[in-house]
Amino acid sequence: MAQATGHAPAQLAAHAAAHEEAQQHPIKLYLVVWGWLFLLSLFSYLVDFFHLQGLLRWSLILLFMMLKAGLIVAVFMHMAWERLTLIYAILIPPTLLLVFIAIMAVESDYTHWLRELFFRLGT
Amino acid sequence: MAETTVANTGQPQELLPGMQGFVADWSSDQRAFKKVSWGKAMMWIFLLSDTFIFSCFLISYMTVRMSTTVPWPNPSKVFALHIGGQDIPLILIAIMTFVLISSSGTMAMAVNFGYRRDRVKTAVLMLVTAAFGATFVSMQAFEWTKLISEGVRPWGNPWGAPQFGSTFFMITGFHGTHVTIGVIFLLIIARKVWRGDFDTGRPGFMTGRKGRYEIVEIMGLYWHFVDLVWVFIFAFFYLW
Repeated sequence: MAQATGHAPAQLAAHAAAHEEAQQHPIKLYLVVWGWLFLLSLFSYLVDFFHLQGLLRWSLILLFMMLKAGLIVAVFMHMAWERLTLIYAILIPPTLLLVFIAIMAVESDYTHWLRELFFRLGT
Repeated sequence: MAETTVANTGQPQELLPGMQGFVADWSSDQRAFKKVSWGKAMMWIFLLSDTFIFSCFLISYMTVRMSTTVPWPNPSKVFALHIGGQDIPLILIAIMTFVLISSSGTMAMAVNFGYRRDRVKTAVLMLVTAAFGATFVSMQAFEWTKLISEGVRPWGNPWGAPQFGSTFFMITGFHGTHVTIGVIFLLIIARKVWRGDFDTGRPGFMTGRKGRYEIVEIMGLYWHFVDLVWVFIFAFFYLW
């Protein structure tokens, strides 16, 4: 066991060297993504500025949000160049949050209904 | 036992691509995340846990906003600034968003120059990132001051549902704390890069290990995550 841990730093260094070669991207890529993030933020600001309402407002906000989040994770955080193992380990667990959101949405709908019933109609 | 372990780690393994690689990596001995150092893997796992913390805040915000019978204050008006004789909606938040995105851009370039071993450019870009981060926190402090002076408290506000104040202070406060820690973290690493610690192999504080330029990327992951969280806060709290 002691021998195994003794080997680890050299192995890590080799991994790091291989990794360093993999992360060479032209600066232009980052500037392009930066530009897109600016543009998408501007769009989402304009959604509010022009007082868009209802389903159009919510779908646009979510669309711009997901595009921005995708660009940041994929390019800035280099997720696009990682192996599938890491991508799945990091990105699949948060999708479970959708279940949590659904549960709490149902729950708060019920709470809202109770409050309507007893706070307004009941008194 | 020890010998077989050494034999297993010593052999360079052939890495399979795609779905086959996914199964092979997870079922392999000792190390699931190939080509990723432990530092980077641990930062990703920390960020995953932080994702759940922020999600809990945002989901509780959704819950109180959906269940209240009192109208929710209009963020577009609450966060408007009076500039040049008229109210411009949400302008401070928009500027804060652009500042944070710019800091993410400079951070991404710092990581890139770090891997090219360009010591000066990396350090300067990290300092620019830290400056953007500090600007963001200052603007947030200004926003808090403005709202508190207008009577927003965690238990109430002049415009509607009292939960507005508690969720606002909780969510933006926790995010601001992350930005502040990020700025401190940035300054520490930028100093090390500037001094050439990763070129001369100088051992770190309280450890005999030598640092590597990879710490810039690990730092970058944290910083981009802070920006990422703001994307969600901006969408759900300020725009919704």
